[in-house]
Amino acid sequence: MAADTPVEYIQHHLQNLTYGKLPAGYERVDPYTEEVVVLQETSWTFARSSVEAADMGFMAIHVDTMGWSLAMGLLFLTLFRLVAKRATSGQPGGLQNMVEMTVEFVQGIVRDGFHGKNPFIAPLALTIFVWVLLMNTLKLIPVDFIPSLAQFLGLEYFKIVPTTDPNGTFGIAIGVFFLIIYYNFKVKGPGGFAKELSFTPFNHWLLVPFNLLLEIIGHLTKPLSLALRLFGNMYAGEVVFILIALLPFWLQWTLNVPWAIFHILVVTLQAFIFTTLSVVYLSQAHEEH
Amino acid sequence: MNINLTLIGQAIAFAIFVWFCVKYVWPPITEAMAARQKKIADGLSAADRASLDLELAQEKAAQEMRAAKEQAAALIEQANKRANQIVEDSKGEARQEGQKLIDQAHAEIEQERVKARDALRAEVAALAVAGAEKILEKSVDANAHSEMLEKLAAEL
Repeated sequence: MAADTPVEYIQHHLQNLTYGKLPAGYERVDPYTEEVVVLQETSWTFARSSVEAADMGFMAIHVDTMGWSLAMGLLFLTLFRLVAKRATSGQPGGLQNMVEMTVEFVQGIVRDGFHGKNPFIAPLALTIFVWVLLMNTLKLIPVDFIPSLAQFLGLEYFKIVPTTDPNGTFGIAIGVFFLIIYYNFKVKGPGGFAKELSFTPFNHWLLVPFNLLLEIIGHLTKPLSLALRLFGNMYAGEVVFILIALLPFWLQWTLNVPWAIFHILVVTLQAFIFTTLSVVYLSQAHEEH
Repeated sequence: MNINLTLIGQAIAFAIFVWFCVKYVWPPITEAMAARQKKIADGLSAADRASLDLELAQEKAAQEMRAAKEQAAALIEQANKRANQIVEDSKGEARQEGQKLIDQAHAEIEQERVKARDALRAEVAALAVAGAEKILEKSVDANAHSEMLEKLAAEL
């Protein structure tokens, strides 16, 4: 384990388990023995250091992020599908009650934030909210538990919170972005959308290029703001948890517990903000100006 | 912190999750909720209706009671009247009967009186004749004086 100094410990905890492609001729440095091996051919493999992970470039996948986000998504869908199948209009059980509370909460967000008519938006918001919430909640598991377990199983790096990985947050944000563009085209038509891009905020033909620049940047910042806000909050919180974990074990609880309690709020709030903003952006896509 | 294929994988997973939620999760849950809402609303309105019905029924019962009381009072009054009438009737009948008896008695008495008078009259005529015979010491021709004697008897 390459985690002898605090800096290494932190870096180690912030590195995803990366499976990717290393080109032929790549010089792999063993992190323990510092032995150098030159790859004979292009090969897919797990990165053994941050440098290797970085050198893999785009052709790599964070196995931990994907695995945990899929697990959380499946947990959400299984749980809710189970309730949906057994849903009764009579007296609901505990689980159904919880699910209905969540559904009503999301319906409230959509009612307040979305001014068009689209039956697709509310289930979309539910998916975003619960999925992000579940992924964020993973952060409340102490930072060393699961990485240590993974290490025991022979996995060098393991980061369990998908929302502390920008890939995780950008993946969702890009999905939302495509929906925004899709609905802009669908509701306003290509002409209407082009007109909106060209003539807002300044309704004068001379200012069309300026408007276009402004609007396109405005649209592009939407997924950026969504993804970076969630990622930033979660990542910063994670770093603080890791820093606290550097304290002697008998002292950790003094900071760990308040921070975790505070993070119950942050976790929920960030999921709520992500959902609400997505709904608001989609609402704007439905509104004619 | 590298951007890589995970991004696309995440976006695909997101799309699939949303599709599944839209198709298989959202509709049954919201339908069940809407159905329950309707049930509750129906129940509440049924309760309202029931209480209204109860009020109406109570009012009706009170009305019936009042009507029954009125009817009973009317019946009693009628019965009283009828009893009075019967009493009156029987009184009248009794009076009539009495009158009739009295009249009959009167008639009988009258008859008796007439009979007695006739008898008396006959006897008076005979007595008068006998008296006159005694006075005149001679027989009076009853036939010759019968007219006078009858006249005398009629005057009695």
